[in-house]
Amino acid sequence: MAKYNDKRTLLIFAIIVLLAPVLLAPTGAAYPDLMQRFAIYGIFAIGFNILFGLTGYLSFGHAAFLGVGSYAAVWMFKLLTMNIIPALILAVVMAGIFSLIIGYISLRRSGIYFSILTLAFAQMSYNMAYSVLTPLTNGETGLQLRLDDPRILDAAPPEGTLPSTNFFGLEMKEVFWNPTFLGYELQFNYGFYVSALLLILSFYIAMRIFRSPFGMMLRAIKTNQTRLNYTGISSRPYTLAAFVISGMFAGLAGGLLATMDPLAGAERMQWTVGGEVVLMVVLGGLGTLTGPILGAVFIKYLENILSKINEVVLQGWFAFLPGWTEGFVVAIVYPFVGKGWHLTLGALFMIVVIFLPGGLVDGSKRIGKLFRRIAKREA
Amino acid sequence: MDALLLQFINGLDKGSAYALIALGLTLIFGTLGVVNFAHGALFMLGAFCAVTFSKILSIAQITIDPTKTDFLGNPLKVKTPYIEVWFGDFGTALLDWSVPLSIAMAIPVMILIGITMERGLIKHFYNRPHADQILVTFGLAIVIQEIIKAFFGANPIPQAAPQAFFGSMDIGVMIGFAQDTIIYPYWRLIYFAFSVSIIAGVFAFLRFTTFGMVVRAGMADRETVGLLGINIDRRFTIMFGVAAAVAGLAGVMYTPINPPNYQMGMDFLVLSFVVVVVGGMGSLPGAVLAGFLLGVLESFASMPEIKNFFAGVGLPAIDQIIIYLVAVIVLLVRPRGLLGKAGIMED
Repeated sequence: MAKYNDKRTLLIFAIIVLLAPVLLAPTGAAYPDLMQRFAIYGIFAIGFNILFGLTGYLSFGHAAFLGVGSYAAVWMFKLLTMNIIPALILAVVMAGIFSLIIGYISLRRSGIYFSILTLAFAQMSYNMAYSVLTPLTNGETGLQLRLDDPRILDAAPPEGTLPSTNFFGLEMKEVFWNPTFLGYELQFNYGFYVSALLLILSFYIAMRIFRSPFGMMLRAIKTNQTRLNYTGISSRPYTLAAFVISGMFAGLAGGLLATMDPLAGAERMQWTVGGEVVLMVVLGGLGTLTGPILGAVFIKYLENILSKINEVVLQGWFAFLPGWTEGFVVAIVYPFVGKGWHLTLGALFMIVVIFLPGGLVDGSKRIGKLFRRIAKREA
Repeated sequence: MDALLLQFINGLDKGSAYALIALGLTLIFGTLGVVNFAHGALFMLGAFCAVTFSKILSIAQITIDPTKTDFLGNPLKVKTPYIEVWFGDFGTALLDWSVPLSIAMAIPVMILIGITMERGLIKHFYNRPHADQILVTFGLAIVIQEIIKAFFGANPIPQAAPQAFFGSMDIGVMIGFAQDTIIYPYWRLIYFAFSVSIIAGVFAFLRFTTFGMVVRAGMADRETVGLLGINIDRRFTIMFGVAAAVAGLAGVMYTPINPPNYQMGMDFLVLSFVVVVVGGMGSLPGAVLAGFLLGVLESFASMPEIKNFFAGVGLPAIDQIIIYLVAVIVLLVRPRGLLGKAGIMED
C-alpha cells in the first residue's frame, strides 16, 4: 500500500487555488469570470470522476443534474432571497433527488446499456425542459430574474433594477481588491473565492472517498464486479451511492453557475454538456484526484484562448514566414482555432484516449519518470 | 381510421432512417464488437456526399449577357453550369437528379471511409474496454463534425429532390378513403422504398452469398472461423465498410427531407442507439424492427388525441419523450431488447 501524504496534497492544492488570481496572471486567464468557471467545472468533474473514475460506469447524462441545479438555484433567487446559501442547498438537494430516481432505474443495467440509459434520460429531461415543463423552466428563453419576483426574505431593491447574487451582503460580482503586482493588474472577487472554497471542500470530500473503505468498494466494482457479487456483496447500493454523490456535485456546479449569472437555460442539460465533462475527466486523468480539475481547467482555458484567435491574429503570428508559406500555414491552422476550436478539442481527446489512457496526470508522471531515469544514468 | 393510417405512414420515413442507421450500428457491433459512437457522423458524411456532388455538378461558367443589365446598371452576369454547356438538356436533367445520382459517388466514398476508419483507428481498440471504444469514437465524431463545419459552414444546405418527385400522392383514394385524407409526399415514399430495398439487400447478402455466410459464421464464433484458415478480420473490415455505406446512403437520400447540417449526425445517433438497444444489441432484424416501430410510435404520439389522453394521465408532451420512455421500459422489463439474445454485453 502506497503511503499518501494527503495533508500536504490538500494544503498545496488549497494554496494553489486560493492564489489562482496571482498565479494565473501571466497566462492571461486571471479574470474572475474565467477562474470561477475553472472552479465550477472542476467541481463538476470531481463529482463525475467519483462515478466514472472509481466504478467505471460511464454516464452521459450528468448534464441533466447540472441543469436541475441551475433551475433550482434560480427559483430560490426568485422566490426566497438573493443570498446564495439557500440556492446552493436546494440545487444540491434537487440534483440529489433527481439522481436518486434516474440512478435507481439506470443502475439496473451496466456497461453500454447504462451509458445509453443515462443518455436517454438526459435527452428526455432536455426535451421536457423545452416543452412540458415550460412553467418551471421558461422554455427556450430560459429562467431568469424578473422585477416582480416575490423574494420574500429580501428588502426590495431600488425601483427598476434587478438585485444581484450575494453571500450575506457580499456581492458575488464585486471585485474587493484590485492591486497591481509585477505589472499585472490582479482582480480578487467574492464570486471566485466562494467557488474556490467549495472546490477545495469538494476536493477534500473526494479525497476522503478515495481513501475510504467505500472508495475501495467502488474500485472493486470497476476491477471485477462479478467476483464481488460472488463474494456475497450486492454492488447496487454502492454504485447508487456513487451516482447520487456525483449527481449532487453536478447540482452544486449547476447552482454555482447560476450564482455567476442568475439565468438557467435548457441548453445546460443537453447531452453534449454531459459529453464535455467526460472529456474533462478523461483528458485530465481518470480515477485520479487532481486529474479532473486539471482537465476542467485545461478545456475551459483552451476554449477561452482558442476561440478568441482569428485570422488576423494568426497572420500576426506567422508574419515571419516568407511569401506563400505564411498563407499556407495560416490556412492549415485556421480551422483549429476560433469557431473551430472544438476540432482541436476532439483531436486532442482522441490522441489522449489512444496514446495516453491515463490522461494528463499519467503523462506528466511518465515524463517525470523519464527524467529521473536520465538523471540516474548520468549520476 | 384514415387518421391512424396517415400517422402510420408518416412514421415510416423517419423509421426508415432509424432502421438504416441502427442496421449499420448493429452490423459493426455484431461483427467487431465495437460500439461506434461515430456512426451518426457517417450518416452525416453521406448527406454531405450529396451536397458535394451537387456542388461539383453545378460548377458554372460565367458569361456576360450584353443585352441585359442588373439593377446597378452593370452588364448582367449569367451563370451556366458547365454540365449544361456541354450536354444541353441532358446536363440539366443530371443536375435535377443530383441527389439520387450522388449515390454512385457515396457508395465508394463511404466504403473507403469505413475501411480507413476500421484499419486506421478502431482496429487498435478491440482489446480495450468498451468505455475506451465509446470515448475514442465519440472523439472521432466530434472531429468529423468539426471538419465538415470548417468546409461547409454551420448552416443547413437544402438539397432538392428531382422535380419528377415534387408534390404528394393521394394514397387514401387508392384504398377507398375520401380524397385528401391520406396524402404522402413522393420523395418520402421513395425514401421508404429505398431503405426497404437496402435492408433487403444487406440481408440477402448475408443470407445467400458465401461471403455473407462466412461473416455470419464469424459473428457466431470468430475464433473457430479463424482456425479454419479463413481471414475473418479482412471480411469484418469489409463489413465495416458496408455498414458505413448503409449509413451514408441513408444520409444521401435524407437530404431532400431535411437539409443537412453538421450536427444532424449527433441528433440521429442518440436516437439510433436507443433503437439498437430496444431492438436487442447485436440482432439485425431487431434493429430494423425497432427502427420502424419507434418511428411509427413517435408519429402516433404526435396525434392530438393521444397527446391529450397522455396529458390527462399526467404525461404531457408525450411525443417529445415517447422514444426514451419506451427505451427505458424495454430495458427494464426485457433488458436484452425485443429480439436480442441473452448474455450480450451484459457486463
